[in-house]
Amino acid sequence: MYSQGLIGADGTTEETEEFLAAFQARIDREEKIEPNDPMPEGYRKTLIRQIGQHAHSEIVGMLPEGNWITRAPSLRRKAALLAKVQDEGGHGLYLYSAAETLGVSREQMTEELLSGKAKYSSIFNYPTPTWADMGTIGWLVDGAAIMNQIPLCRCSYGPYARAMIRVCKEESFHQRQGYELLISLCNGTKEQKDMAQDSINRWWWPSLMMFGPHDADSSHSEQSMKWKIKRFSNDELRQKFIDATVPQAEYLGLTVPDPDLKWNPEKNNGKGGYDHGEINWVEFWQVVKGHGQMNRDRIKARKKAWNDGEWVRDAALAHAEKRAARQTAQAAE
Amino acid sequence: MSVALFNALLELGDDHLILGHRVSEWCGHAPLLEEDLAMPNMALDNIGASRNIYTYAGEVEGKGRDEDQLAYLRLDREYKNCLLVERPNEDFAHTMLKQLYFSAFMEPYWQAALSSSDETIRGIAGKAVKEMAYHIRHAGEWVIRLGDGTEESAKRMKEAVEELTPYVEELFVMSADAQECADDGILPDREALRAQWNQTVANIFDQALLELPEVKYPQLGGRTGHHGEEMGFLLAELQYVQRAYPGMSW
Ligand SMILES: [Fe+2]
Ligand SMILES: [Fe+2]
Repeated sequence: MYSQGLIGADGTTEETEEFLAAFQARIDREEKIEPNDPMPEGYRKTLIRQIGQHAHSEIVGMLPEGNWITRAPSLRRKAALLAKVQDEGGHGLYLYSAAETLGVSREQMTEELLSGKAKYSSIFNYPTPTWADMGTIGWLVDGAAIMNQIPLCRCSYGPYARAMIRVCKEESFHQRQGYELLISLCNGTKEQKDMAQDSINRWWWPSLMMFGPHDADSSHSEQSMKWKIKRFSNDELRQKFIDATVPQAEYLGLTVPDPDLKWNPEKNNGKGGYDHGEINWVEFWQVVKGHGQMNRDRIKARKKAWNDGEWVRDAALAHAEKRAARQTAQAAE
Repeated sequence: MSVALFNALLELGDDHLILGHRVSEWCGHAPLLEEDLAMPNMALDNIGASRNIYTYAGEVEGKGRDEDQLAYLRLDREYKNCLLVERPNEDFAHTMLKQLYFSAFMEPYWQAALSSSDETIRGIAGKAVKEMAYHIRHAGEWVIRLGDGTEESAKRMKEAVEELTPYVEELFVMSADAQECADDGILPDREALRAQWNQTVANIFDQALLELPEVKYPQLGGRTGHHGEEMGFLLAELQYVQRAYPGMSW
């Protein structure tokens, strides 16, 4: 590969074969790449896109669960849900900071989210009509996020890897908390168990879609694997998730809505694994392209928060400037 | 059991729950990401305090009611929170001012409760007093920024002051139950906290270029269950699952 690009803020440099090979050698030695290190422009762009999408997913992800904070059925659950949604906002914050080390501002990224230019995880474009969804999201959605993110703790880009270590700890807590919520429902009345089953019926397939298209249809995977941004392919991670999750559903006494799901002892080099039915890729692309049930509502809610908050941000800025001016004036006296 | 203590604890518990509910409505919709983290913190503190208070109220009552039965399963006239905390969020200026007004009262309240004759109250106060000091700081800083920010923010801040100040008086009102608990040295005398509240708010308003209006017609009624129109909607949301699926555990 031979290409032109920017390196750092110092100016244009040619990305010669030599440069790329030296960079690849660092990656292969498992050295962490830090913000001021030279890096190919493609590496920087890939990371900005990926970390940005990840940050946006955390922020948009506050909405479907935030939907139940005021209606949580017990004070313990309410506090846990509030803390969870707050954690997701915190994840957004670390991730925006990690992306900022690559030379893009939080404002810029926010504007790209609001304009529809930047994407976020398709999963958050599904509605949360019932309380059971708070359990299912924790169990399946945070569970799928963990599968994706554990390998990112070893991502070649230092700031992203470090952010992921902290995020993963909290995500596993969310996953256990969600599962525990479902246990309560499944130990409860028939109505509660039905509510849990209905929720899994709605979230199972969208959770599998979180891992992205099949490897054969995934456009950026190969280079990302080479640069050790990614460590496992979409299909590998999806398989791990299914194998880990199906027994958990069984323990709950619930089923996953896949008539083709079957244990296959040959899978995973003879360790066994589940064969599963085909994902509805038409639905996946529909949601990714912005036409899921909640896409418009999610962006509208984010825009509203951003636009309604403008006067607050302006005031904070104006106040900080006034204060600084007063301090300068005082110092001059 | 002490009926007076039970009722006075409900006043306190309801204040914290309802204010926590209001501020939690912001979660995911804040003007900036930092506030999407800070407002749930305040909600968690308020709701956390309400849980401790309700649990103790249930013990004092001795009828086996737990925090959730007290929080969720009463009728609107049975909630004893002051009107201030149930006021709708309106905008960020109203929300921060409401938090400031409440915490500027509760911080000295819990401070005084540290020397209560009741051990459980002292325990609740020990945790809450630090939280309220933080709420004063956080909300107070915003009141200053907004009051002395842009023309628009100053205007909104003044409107919030106009609208919310008439509800402050109810914080100081001593119900017969609260009075009985104060006489027994269990809970602080609310009336005695006026000077501290005034001082905290005056100090912040001074920097925020705001003036505290004189209130000729204070708005009272929450303590006796005479709530405003929005309270019914708040309770409809709060109680929805418990009412729709009665008697289940979650
Ligand atoms: Fe997260
Ligand atoms: Fe999470």
